[in-house]
This record gives sequence, structure tokens and C-alpha cells, in this order.
Amino acid sequence: MIPFDYHRATDVEDAVRTATSRPDATYLAGGTNLVDHLRLGITSPSLLVDVSRLPFDDIDPLPDGGVRVGAGVRNSDLAAHPTIRRDYPMLAAALLAGASWQLRNLATTGGNLLQRTRCAYFQNPATPCNKREPGSGCSALAGWQRHHAILGASEHCVAVHPSDMAVPLAALDATVRLTGAHGDRGVPLTAFHRLPGDEPRRDTVLEHGELITAVDLPRLPPTTRSAYRKVRDRASYAFALVSVAAALTVTDGVVRDVRIALGGVAHKPWRATRAEETLRGADARPASFRAAAEAELAEAEPLPGSAFKTTMAREALVSVLTGLAEEGAR
Amino acid sequence: MEAEIRLRVDGTTHTLRVDTRTSLLDALRDRLGNTSPKKGCDHGQCGSCTVLLDGRRITSCLALAVSHDGAEVTTADGLAPGDTLHPVQRAFLDQDAFQCGYCTPGQVCSVVGMLAEATDGRPSHVTGELTGPVQLTDEEIRERLSGNLCRCGAYVNIVAAVRQTLAEEAP
Ligand SMILES: Cc1cc2nc3c(=O)[nH]c(=O)nc-3n(C[C@H](O)[C@H](O)[C@H](O)COP(=O)(O)OP(=O)(O)OC[C@H]3O[C@@H](n4cnc5c(N)ncnc54)[C@H](O)[C@@H]3O)c2cc1C
Ligand code: SF4
Ligand code: FES
Ligand code: FES
Repeated sequence: MIPFDYHRATDVEDAVRTATSRPDATYLAGGTNLVDHLRLGITSPSLLVDVSRLPFDDIDPLPDGGVRVGAGVRNSDLAAHPTIRRDYPMLAAALLAGASWQLRNLATTGGNLLQRTRCAYFQNPATPCNKREPGSGCSALAGWQRHHAILGASEHCVAVHPSDMAVPLAALDATVRLTGAHGDRGVPLTAFHRLPGDEPRRDTVLEHGELITAVDLPRLPPTTRSAYRKVRDRASYAFALVSVAAALTVTDGVVRDVRIALGGVAHKPWRATRAEETLRGADARPASFRAAAEAELAEAEPLPGSAFKTTMAREALVSVLTGLAEEGAR
Repeated sequence: MEAEIRLRVDGTTHTLRVDTRTSLLDALRDRLGNTSPKKGCDHGQCGSCTVLLDGRRITSCLALAVSHDGAEVTTADGLAPGDTLHPVQRAFLDQDAFQCGYCTPGQVCSVVGMLAEATDGRPSHVTGELTGPVQLTDEEIRERLSGNLCRCGAYVNIVAAVRQTLAEEAP
């Protein structure tokens, strides 16, 4: 690990000013991804700007009935918050399915969104990787592909975004609140993470020095049921092979509204818009759910080593939607 | 770069200068001589470095010491002031919940943190009803301790040690 300067930010303005002042400055929150990467030699900033004590660690109601989650809220506290458990169960469930209790007690909302891929080649500085070292090649194309993408990948990078939390946030149409040198902006979560294209180095649309200050959750109708399902190689403490976040609103047996996002399948949390379109107005029956899942996954382009995920994603989606519909009918 | 920090560890306050790269784990072990938290992986993957930071369990290998200036840290060592073992430590002995013992200090801190979380009504990944009360079944105990690996495979007896602690606590 190369030496770095350390600055504990006193407020948001100070954080942004300090981080903007150096091209290779990096924010530090819980450190559970950044410190790992410093140690692995994946990144070597000359300055860490510590935002872990900024007063953006509250969960507050918004005037429109939604909820504002501060960027510094720990993953464990977000999952345990009464409002999140009651009104956004798929978000609480996704958080509880990620990492371990020890890690979630450190990990923050902002850091979780910006955690980087767990692609084994990205994490090993000895292997070529276009994301870590642009132009060096993608080792996964002829390598181990179990944890790689089936949707939206490019010839330059087939990595997936590893966050569980980001999947329900994508389904919810959450907004990421940012403060930068040129002011504030809000970015829809679905537009926050990027597909790799020919620039896999960039995971998100965040500009250098921009700070995540909060994530806004819109209100969901009280009749909406939501759930998160994570499929992984062991029962706990493992990243997703495939995950599904879904929120379903059914009246008189007809799908009035549905929101679906898939995790573990793409470079970003994958909002399943085709499946949603197929389902709106359809009968809330397993056959409809299967048709919707098939519509979404028709464009899947897996690698040989990730081909199993297309089936896995389809079955997980059908199962989650069927479960939600049954729950609603009870 | 170096920075001066203060840490209160197991009831004693220390002021020390650390390189900013120093993890909380290395500060405890190498600078303060408290070797009860162990370095298993140094990547957040094994839980052997678990300590209580302001009462909450964390992986100290991924925490930078400088970022936790002023914090109150409890290690497994500090759970037993003097010769009296903490009930969780005694339960590990009674139930034979370790073999080599390398993961044990982390396991013990993790159990102490877990019991507080459960008392606080925090659900886990296997809790059916997210808003309901928490019942520490064996399944719950296993899920809540999944962040602590044991290469000796003492898991069965670790669950038994937690059950013993719970039984002792019951009114
Ligand atoms: C062993 C292990 C298992 C894990 N398993 C899972 C899992 O199953 N599911 C899952 O979802 N995650 C998992 N994680 C990842 C974990 O969720 C992330 O490491 C964590 O959420 C990152 O949050 P942090 O606050 O620690 O971020 P940090 O490590 O502090 O920062 C991460 C990145 O975010 C940037 N950053 C942080 N805050 C801000 C901000 N406010 N504004 C702008 N930039 C910011 C930092 O500059 C850095 O680039 C696992 C991690 C480990 C070590
Ligand atoms: S998939 Fe992406 S992150 Fe993994 S080796 Fe290829 S370029 Fe790197
Ligand atoms: S040493 Fe910290 S988790 Fe393994
Ligand atoms: S007792 Fe040996 S690693 Fe757990």
C-alpha cells in the first residue's frame, strides 16, 4: 500500500472542495471495499477524504411520502429501520442478504452503491483487466465466468455489479443525490451505474469529487408487496449468482403495477423493463410471470461459463412473482 | 503520512501516532500489543479480527485506525476483566466450541455483538417476518454468525455455546 494523506471532512462543502483539489483523491466511508483495494494494490490514491463522520447518517420522511436515506447510514441500520422493514421489505431483505453483520456495521449507503466488481481478475493486479488497466484486455473472456454478466456486457468487460442493496433501489426508482463542485444534482438510480461499453473503467456517471449525500426512495402504494431473492453458492455470506427484487401491485387478479430488477447479471442493477411492460394489465398468474421473464431474458448473451444464469434468473423471477401474487391473494 | 489518534481499548485510553495506512487490527496487535483479535485473511472474509467498536461488532482489518480516532474498542481480551470469564467465553469452554482457537476471540466478540442486535429486535436474512420479534433459533444463530469462519469446523459446538448463553440469560 503506498502512503496517502488523510483528511477528515468537517462538512459536505469541505469534503467536496478537498476531494476536487486533487485528481486522485478518494472518499473513505466504511472502508470495507476501499481499504481492501488499497491493500490489493487495485487503487492508490494520494489522499483519502474521510466522510464517515459527516452528519448525513439519518433516515427521514420526505414531504411526498417517500424516504431520504443519508449516504452515511450504515447498511445494518438501514436494514433494521422500522420504516424500511415495514414499507420497503425488499430493501431490508437485500441488505440482510449482503456481506456479514460485521461488514454491514461499517458499510454505508454511499459506499455500497460505489463498491466495485468482485471479478477475480479485476481483484488480481497480476492479470489483465480493462476495468483496472484500460487496454490490457479482459481475462474473463477466456477465464472463469461463473460470476459474470449475461446482459448488457461488451467485448471489453463482462463484469457484474455486486451490490444487493442497489437491486431493490433500481426497482424502486430511487434517486441518488449528489453534491459536486458545481452544485447539487439528482440522478435516477437506474442511470447512475453504467454499462461497460468501451469504457469499463467507469462504473458510474459520478464525476471526480462528486459526493453522494443521500438516496431518495419514492413512496410505494400500501397494497404493493415486495420481495428480494438471492441465489448464491452457499446459504450465507456469498455474493449473488443471480438476484431478483420485485414489487407487485395486484387488484382483482390483474397486475396494476410491477417493478422488477435483477442483480448478478449485468454491469449495473438490471431494471427489467421488458418484463414489466409484458406484465402490466396481465393476469397475475404463473404463466404471465413466465412469459415476462422470457421476454426479459430473450436478449441475454451469456458466456459459456455464465449460461446457467439465464435459466436461474428466469426461474428465480417466476418464483418471486408467483410468491408475491399468492401472498397478495391471501 | 502519520496522525495522532486516541483509542480507548478494553477500558484503557491510549494516545498513539499511526501511519495513516494502519488498520485498526494492526494498531491493536502491533502497536498496543493486544493480540486477541486475529488476522485470518485481512480482507473482511473470515471474521477472526472481529472486535466491538462502540459496542457494535466490526471487522477490524478493513477499518483504518485513523478513521476511528476517539473510538471505544472492546476485544475478546477486554470481555474478561480480571479472572472472571464473560458468560460467552465460559460457554465456549463448557461446550468445547473450538479446537485450535484461532477464530475464537473473533467468534466470542461476534456472539456478544449478535446478542445485543437480537435484543434490539434486528431481523436477519432468515427471519420470516421482518417486523416481528426475533427468536434465536439454531438457524438464526448460524445465519447471524456466518461472518465468522472456523477452519477447524467447530460450528456445531459454537451454536451450542450460544444456546448455553441464551439459557443462562433467560429469566
Ligand atoms: C467479504 C465481503 C463480502 C461482501 N459481501 C457482499 C454481498 O454479499 N453483497 C453486497 O452487496 N456487498 C457485499 N460486500 C461489499 C460491501 O457491501 C461493500 O464493501 C460496502 O457496502 C462498501 O461500503 P463502505 O462504506 O465500506 O465503502 P468504502 O469502502 O468506504 O468506499 C467504497 C467506494 O465508495 C466511495 N464512497 C464512499 N462513500 C461515498 C460517498 N458518500 N460519496 C462518494 N463516494 C463515496 C469510496 O471513495 C470508494 O470508492 C462484501 C464485502 C466483503 C469485504
Ligand atoms: S470482466 Fe471486466 S473486470 Fe473482469 S477482467 Fe474483464 S474487464 Fe476486468
Ligand atoms: S482478518 Fe478481518 S475478516 Fe479476516
Ligand atoms: S477453532 Fe480453529 S479455526 Fe476455529
